[in-house]
Amino acid sequence: MRGWKTGSALIALLAGVAHAATPPDPLHSPMWDMQAERLFGHDTVTFDPRVRMSVPMLAENQHVFPLTLDARALPHVRRIVVLVDLDPIPVPIDFAPGKAAPWLALRIKLDQRTPVRVAAQTDDGVWHVTGVWVDAAGGGCSAPPASRARGDWADHLGEVRGAVWHTAEATRLRFSVRHPMDTGLVDNIPAYNLETVRITAGGEDIARLTVSGSVSEDPAFTLLLPANEMRPIAIAMRDSNGREFSGRLP
Amino acid sequence: MTLWSRRHALGALGAAALCGTARAERFAGHYQPQADLLADGVWVVRGSDAPIGFDNGGAIANSVILASEAGPILFDCGPSQRYGADLSALARRLTGKAPALVLISHLHPDHALGASAFDPALVGALPGTIADIERDEPGMSDAMFRMLADWMRDTRLVLPGRRLAPGALTIGGRRLTLYAMRGHSGCDLVVKDEQSGVLLAGDLVFHDRAPATPHADLAQWRASLDQLSAIPHGLLVPGHGPVDRDGSAIAQTRDWLTWLDGALHQAAAQGLDMTEAGDMPIPARFAAMAAARYELQRSVSHFYPAIEAALLPRIDG
Repeated sequence: MRGWKTGSALIALLAGVAHAATPPDPLHSPMWDMQAERLFGHDTVTFDPRVRMSVPMLAENQHVFPLTLDARALPHVRRIVVLVDLDPIPVPIDFAPGKAAPWLALRIKLDQRTPVRVAAQTDDGVWHVTGVWVDAAGGGCSAPPASRARGDWADHLGEVRGAVWHTAEATRLRFSVRHPMDTGLVDNIPAYNLETVRITAGGEDIARLTVSGSVSEDPAFTLLLPANEMRPIAIAMRDSNGREFSGRLP
Repeated sequence: MTLWSRRHALGALGAAALCGTARAERFAGHYQPQADLLADGVWVVRGSDAPIGFDNGGAIANSVILASEAGPILFDCGPSQRYGADLSALARRLTGKAPALVLISHLHPDHALGASAFDPALVGALPGTIADIERDEPGMSDAMFRMLADWMRDTRLVLPGRRLAPGALTIGGRRLTLYAMRGHSGCDLVVKDEQSGVLLAGDLVFHDRAPATPHADLAQWRASLDQLSAIPHGLLVPGHGPVDRDGSAIAQTRDWLTWLDGALHQAAAQGLDMTEAGDMPIPARFAAMAAARYELQRSVSHFYPAIEAALLPRIDG
């Protein structure tokens, strides 16, 4: 099957037939064509500086690489994914902002020097992509998490911390949950990670995150909810073993 | 990934190399360390004040050469076999003798890995530093090879063979006083040359170069700075940055550490995430400090998750 698809793609290429036009990658990533086809299918893709991402100037710790993404300059963003081309688990997060701003701060693992990208999909189906190369040492996804090395991960599993800050522009929500976020790529430690996060206010759906094992151990997220959100905020999370965790802010 | 797509990816990698985006093999240059005379028989060999990078071959830390009748004493010996060998040759040119002793101030690779060029029996460190090197140096050596590639050729891990103790140490007529402190790392050696009064502060003091914090305990570090201030001394050689001639470097290091500690706590209390904390304004009084933004962002990585965990309340259950 794969061979047939490959063959037809090659024929299409040789025949010069237009096919799911992903534009040439400004980062010249060796994996862009494959990752883009997998992730975006036949959707239109454009490299768009209106999608912004902020990262530190160096990956000091390849297990905890912070990233703040911001697609607020785009209209009607319905979905945002982070793509790390050369990671064995290349999509750490799939974010449906819903009523929250298309803005998110999180921390991810890097397994080597790689492009790190943010792709935001607008309501017309178009993906708007930005990215940078990040130089990182190896092992972000393939060394055991610190809590496994210490041996205390189970003692703190599911501890949720958080707070909200009210500013003129937004209700800033930050929360973290203790979780080993095992990638399954470490000998004798099966994959075990947070999978879904759902944020509600007063029972109303606000935002959803789909999380994979390439989000850092003890995941920490920051979201921007609409300003003056005074209803109780609930965070409902589930991991790959079906275990549920929750947090509540009055 | 199928075999085909892996091959396809490798093919694309070759194409990327042609585009100039992949990094080709680069060959190291020459270190050419220079000695500046500070006092009779005391020279400093300055490192670059930049972050470790291929352009400087990792030669970012200061070293000191002290003449003695038994041969020169070296304080810190750079990042690699080649740097250690060049420093040794420089000391021999200055003094006419082969090095008698190499003192390692603490575990960090920009100070310690040059020990590769010496007989381990000549390399001395405090027991705490020897334990630190045994535990962490393999990983740090890997990181140095990754960043510096050819500069690191032939560099081997050398565990210091001579265990130092705090107090007086006389080598070939040169009287030194050794102090065991901590805070920049788990164990920091400070040396005072009694003849010249020059104080070799190692990485407890940075001067016009932002302090690095990968193994730091900020409270202990500040306590060590108090101890350092109480030692009567002349010139002070910091681990990084220019020699302190006006007695300002200890206070400058303390100022940065105090600001850093407060600013990170304040950022976490305001709900900033790590990238935002790393982008916070740096006060104008630190404008002359090299690598300030770089070290701030490293320090965010070192300290921020623990500060958040301490500040943010539990909201589960």
